[in-house]
This record gives sequence, C-alpha cells and structure tokens, in this order.
Amino acid sequence: MKRIGDGAATRLGLIALAVIMTTLFLVIPLAGIFYQAFAEGLAPFWQNLTSNFTREAIGLTLLIALLTVPVNLIFGIFLAWLVTRFTFPGRRILQTLIDIPFAVSPVVAGLLYLLLYGRTGWLGSILSEHDVQLMFAWPGMVLVTIFVTCPFVARELIPLMQAQGSAEEEAGVTLGASGWTLFRRITLPNIRWALVYGVILTNARAIGEFGAVSVISGSIRGETINLPLQVELLYQDYNTVGAFTSAALLAALAIVTLMIKALLEWHTHRREETA
Amino acid sequence: MSITVSDVSRRFGNTTALHPLSLEIKKGEMVGLLGPSGSGKTTLLRIIAGLEAPDSGSIHFGDRDVTHVHVRKRRVGFVFQHYALFRHMSVFENVAFGLRARPTSERPSNAEIRDRVQHLLERVRLDALAKRLPSQLSGGQQQRVALARALAVEPEVLLLDEPFGALDARVRLELRRWLRHLHEEFGFTSVFVTHDQEEALELSDRVVVMSNGKIEQIDTPQALYRAPANRFVFSFLGETNRFGGEYREGKLQQGNAWIAMAHSDIAPNEVLLRPHELMLTTAPDAKAHLPVTVDAVSPVGSDVRVELTADWMDTPWLASITHHDFDRLQPARGANFYLVPSRWHQFAPETS
Repeated sequence: MKRIGDGAATRLGLIALAVIMTTLFLVIPLAGIFYQAFAEGLAPFWQNLTSNFTREAIGLTLLIALLTVPVNLIFGIFLAWLVTRFTFPGRRILQTLIDIPFAVSPVVAGLLYLLLYGRTGWLGSILSEHDVQLMFAWPGMVLVTIFVTCPFVARELIPLMQAQGSAEEEAGVTLGASGWTLFRRITLPNIRWALVYGVILTNARAIGEFGAVSVISGSIRGETINLPLQVELLYQDYNTVGAFTSAALLAALAIVTLMIKALLEWHTHRREETA
Repeated sequence: MSITVSDVSRRFGNTTALHPLSLEIKKGEMVGLLGPSGSGKTTLLRIIAGLEAPDSGSIHFGDRDVTHVHVRKRRVGFVFQHYALFRHMSVFENVAFGLRARPTSERPSNAEIRDRVQHLLERVRLDALAKRLPSQLSGGQQQRVALARALAVEPEVLLLDEPFGALDARVRLELRRWLRHLHEEFGFTSVFVTHDQEEALELSDRVVVMSNGKIEQIDTPQALYRAPANRFVFSFLGETNRFGGEYREGKLQQGNAWIAMAHSDIAPNEVLLRPHELMLTTAPDAKAHLPVTVDAVSPVGSDVRVELTADWMDTPWLASITHHDFDRLQPARGANFYLVPSRWHQFAPETS
C-alpha cells in the first residue's frame, strides 16, 4: 500500500531540497572556516593558534564552560524535578519563566547584568564596597553565561519527566528505597540521555556565547577575551587568518562534542539491543 | 497482618475524594475495592500504602499506628496499574531492587539475593526471561514481574491497583486464578482495586463497594449479590433493566405495559430486574404485561442474550434466556414477544 503523499517525484524533490539546503547553509560555511584558517598555509595557522592571546582565550573559554555546565546541570535537574513532581501555585508561571533567557536577546541580558552588578549598579555598589568586581572580569562573564544557558538542561528534562511520570519512583519508594537510591537507580538512568543532550547544548552555547559576554567583558586582552570575542577582535584587526583560526577551533570543538554524543548514543543503543 | 482504616478522609482542592470512612480488613483476607472511576477506591488504596496522606483519620497495621509512617517503612507490596517496572533494568534486577535497596546492615548477601530472586522468578514462571528488559515482555508477563517484585520484600500487606485492567480477557482469567494461589501460599493480607464486578466477586473474600468517596456496602460476594444494600450496589453488580411508571389499580403502569404488585412495596415507583429474571413468552401472563420487540440476539456463552426494545422503555432491556428456550422460540430481529418476570427488586430512592 502506498502512503499518502508518497511518490517518486515528491521523495526525490524533498531529498534534493534537503541536500541543497544542508550544503548551502551547513557544509560550505563549515568548510569555509577551515579553508580560511589554512589559507596562508600551516605556519601562520600554527603561529596564531599558539600565540599567548589565543591560549588565554582558550583557557578562559574552557573555564567558563567548566563552571557553567555543572551549575546548570544541577539547577536544571532541580528545576525539572520541581516542576514535574510537585504541584504548587505558580508552577505554570515558573515553567514560562524558564524560557526568558531564550526569549531575551543575549545583549539585553548582558546589559541588564551590567546595570545590576556594575560599579554603580544596584547590587554592584554593595559588592564594590567589599572590593568585589564582577563586571569587566571573568566572574561576570561566567555569571551571564550561566544565565544565558540555564534553560537547556531543564528544557530537555521537563517533557521527558512529564511523560515518564512518577510511577517508577513511587514503586521504588514502596520497595523501601531512600531518596538518594531512588535518584541514582531510577530517576537518573531514565533521564540520562536527555541530561547528556542538555549538557552538550549547554556546553556548546557556553563555549560559543558572544552577545552577552561582549557587553560584560570590556575587551581586556589576555584577561576577558574568550574565543568568540577573539574571533571578532582579530577580524577587526584585519587578521583574517587569526580570526579564522579561532573560529576553526570553535567549530572543531562543536564537531567533537557532537561526535561524543553520537558515540555515546550508539554505544548504549547497542548495549540495550543485546541485553 | 490486619488493616484498620478509621475515619479516613481526603480532599483534593475543592473535590472530596473520600468522605470519612472506616474499614477493617482481617489478617490473611483478600478484599476488593469495587467502584466506578472517581469513587475514591484508588485514593483509599494509596492512603493505605502511604503514597497519599489522609486529611483526617488513622491507619493501623495490626496494633501499629502507621498513619504517619513513611511509605518506605510501611513494608507494603504495591502493584501499580501500569506495573511501573523499572524500564532500564532487567527482569532480575527489577525483582532484586527491594532487596538491594535495603540499608547495608539489613541487606542479604549477593548470593542470597540471587537465590531469592531466582526462586520468585521460578514461582511466577519467568526464570527463562530473567535477562530481558520489561519492554521485551508481554502485558501478562510484565504483570507477573510486578507481582514478583512486590513479593520479593516479603510484605505482609499486598496492595494492587487495577491489577488486571490492561490485559486481555484470557490472560486476565489465568492471572486471577494464579493470584488466588499465591495469596493462599504466601498468606499475605491483600487489597485490590477494580472496576470490574466479576473480578471483585470472583477474587475477594469480601468486597467493598464504593461510590462518590463513600462505602456503599461491605460484604461477601454472595451476600452482596443476593442482598444488595441499595440501588447503586444492585445496579453496579450486574446488568439491570429498569421499569418505572405510575401505580394504579394494583399495577405499576407505563404506557401499555404493567406489572401487578401489592401497593406496599411501591414507594419509589420503580422496579429493577436482572436479565436472567426475565422469561420470553408468546403470550402475556396475568401478573405482567410487557410487550417487547427483539432488537439483537447474541447466542454466545451458557445463555442467549436478547436485546429488547419497546415504546414504554427509556433504555433497551436485556434478557438472558436458555439455549433451549431460544431454539423453541426462535426470536429473530423484529419479532414481538412478551416478558414474564420471575422476580424484581425495589430500593428506597437514592439520597444524594
């Protein structure tokens, strides 16, 4: 039996369209990044990659990701747990509030943080009395990155946990399991893929975040420049190879992350099938 | 272990799920909570388990007051409606969960756990499937895993929420019999929830009939069926035909139909009749004049079920007649007959 809408022409047309779009919007730009990075040969690429500023940008980028991911992992689990396992007044509003960092432009988020935590800001003035400076320093960049990426884990978990319901946890508790055992042996294994995916998205965004951090950073070379900011800075300095070297690094990080995810998925899929 | 429920009530927001009610379940008894959806039977079961807290009242297991004891410490076996098996664990690990979850000091050794799980799996005839994941099992098999898992912790109370609700008729019947045997063998006290009156009557030592958060009647299946306490219990326990009308000249009349009866019984102007209490005849009887037209015939089972219509009915009636009568009368669709009731039932009007 033929399905509705299935025909040789439709199928070929859709496949062709998908291939053209992917090539045009994904493959060519990605290849272009690497082409530009190596445009003047291996030596300039290597020189740019190993320069002090690039090394410091890499360090800062990794530091931001390293701090952001665990914070949002815990926050995301906590939030998803709260929203899917309890009913309380304001639950729906909370679910909408989670999306604010997605809805708001990152630049606006950066600006807001600047106003709040800046030297003359509402909270910033209190902090500066105690000699704590968040803005134009890496702690501020971490803070704003946490804000921008906080919905990713929760967003992945909420629909899944809602669909799974709490029956398995209830079954566990009637069998005498403690809260920690329940989480470790029942909840966590059930949400692990959503969690891995949420972490990957959080990580990717934390590494690539530009808008919000550019407002906070104050562009202090070697101190508050992460890789995306480095790309812009070098490009404006007419150092095309340098800019694309950092860009290629970012793209490579993204590709590696996605490969890890694919590998993990493939691995457990196989294990579940042979079980 | 006996279970005593005293004056337990529960509200969810503005709706009252349970009006204050009390119930005593004896040690080793098997009790069915029977009622339509929304009658509060599942809420009551969850309160007994400790998955839900009552707004008032108390729960005792034997002499022990467990009202404020956490589910984890109540030591009840609970079988969930859709089994709630741990989807990422093998059948073996599912059953072993309760033993492994115990604090280190009470936990049996690995070898002991293996033996006990193995024994239980053999008991539920699933030892060959121990390594499978729940998703690789049929509904009946999943149900048996759920039971084995609940029994692994050796509970003295086993609670089951619609245990056979999602299974097909044949598997249901087999599992019912099998649950009965397990109950006899292990000797636990068990309470199960069902909306299927046949299941409740077949499995239970006593049945608790519930509606709208209240207990309508608690009795043995026989007593319940023979002497229903009120109209709700009567109509919930089996198929019911209703005859309502006006009482005139020693007869309850509706259109051209009537049933002769003494005036004293007739307070609600309504009688209820079971399908097997009706006889199909070609001529009316002196005590009743109930002309009907055959609408459908289903000759499946020990009796032939005949669906009947007439102007004087509000909903079609059902009569079950013997195959012998069926062969004699040959009731075809559209044929006209008379009904002769052998008995009928009357109840005081329902107070709501």
